[in-house]
Amino acid sequence: MSGPAPAARPAGVPANALSRYALRLGDLPLILGQRLGEWVGHAPVLEEDLGLANLALDLIGQARLLLSYAGEVEGEGRTEDDLAFLRDPGEYLNPTLVEQPNGDFGETIVRQVLVDAFQLPLYEGLMGSADKHIAAIAAKAVKETRYHLRYSSSWMVRLGDGTPESHARVQGSLNRLWRYTVEFFEEDDLDRDMAARGVAPRLANVRAAWLTSIDEILAEATLARPGEVPYSWFGKRGEHSEHLGYILSDLQYLQRAHPGARW
Amino acid sequence: MSVPSPIPQHRREPGACATTPETDARIAAAWNALAGVEDPEIPALNIVELGIVRFAEVRADGVLGIGLSPTYTGCPATEYIEALVREALDAACMSPFAITRVLVPAWTSDWISEEGRRKLADFGIVPPPAAASVGRRANTAPIGCPRCRSTNTECISQFGSTPCKSLHRCRACLEPFECFKCI
Repeated sequence: MSGPAPAARPAGVPANALSRYALRLGDLPLILGQRLGEWVGHAPVLEEDLGLANLALDLIGQARLLLSYAGEVEGEGRTEDDLAFLRDPGEYLNPTLVEQPNGDFGETIVRQVLVDAFQLPLYEGLMGSADKHIAAIAAKAVKETRYHLRYSSSWMVRLGDGTPESHARVQGSLNRLWRYTVEFFEEDDLDRDMAARGVAPRLANVRAAWLTSIDEILAEATLARPGEVPYSWFGKRGEHSEHLGYILSDLQYLQRAHPGARW
Repeated sequence: MSVPSPIPQHRREPGACATTPETDARIAAAWNALAGVEDPEIPALNIVELGIVRFAEVRADGVLGIGLSPTYTGCPATEYIEALVREALDAACMSPFAITRVLVPAWTSDWISEEGRRKLADFGIVPPPAAASVGRRANTAPIGCPRCRSTNTECISQFGSTPCKSLHRCRACLEPFECFKCI
């Protein structure tokens, strides 16, 4: 299998920054996919079991492409597997939201809506990336993400605009998880650098699109958007909640206990 | 057989050379071999009909280049299909060849050939509704039951037994059925 031609990379972008940015993009679907996988065999009904497993599958597919590219740009011979199975929590750059526990089905749906509505404009922006390989991955992922948002938002509407019990539960989940969305849009040096070089979209633009679709979904679901949050988590800089360590102990156990094990 | 070409030939390998009768024959033989590779999840379709073979060409260095696109990024069959293609090309004595994974433009269900759509329907899977929808709203065109042709059907789940299918039920004949997702 031949990889992307080096010509796909924009000139002058430092390899370590580009690699770190690709990791940041790829760790989100990797950790969320792993989390969603916990539902397999446990969802309320068989159809949703399949639905969540399918979301997980797409997300891990996206993660594989992005992690492979991160390793390739880094140029130290690390593969997607090395990056997924042999990094410590502080080296993971996923936003803190995706590592939060699944909670009940409604909480999983709330988390999914918040993430899908973020990934959609992010990937749409990345389709125009100066990095042609990232643009190609985004063009593929954007189609899957649209389908994901359709699934998650339809459930949010059903639960929010459902019974008093389902409404109260998803509103509670929304209030609990909302604080973790702040970091999606907090630009740091890496985000600014990548945007300035045309690799990444401006997060302010992504936020505007995100908020528009979130408000539309919440209105239809008869849910209230929570207020501003005073401070943020920064999983995307490697500062995680306690939950990531537990996920990684599941995800990495086999490769840590039996290095190099293969099917 | 004639070479089906539902897919835009969007790019040439930089090393691709001008075609000669000899390379044309080799490319035609390659398409023939590829048309013998079944989709492992939907054996009614071969990978050419599925629209995932993006190009077959002979490069300047004599290597036969084959481009394949995944239907979904996480499709577990992607690597298996590549292995099947390798086997088929080996069996047809097509070496040397190289397989490239092509992401752009991304595969869409619109690329399933007419023949492929007919075979899907005969197999009991509803072919994807015409044009890929874009918004958050699902494509609302009614989906016809593959058995009794009634359009009085409902979607049970947006996800089915494989990443590429959704689950439906016919309210007329009460049979469940699958539909190829439109992306």
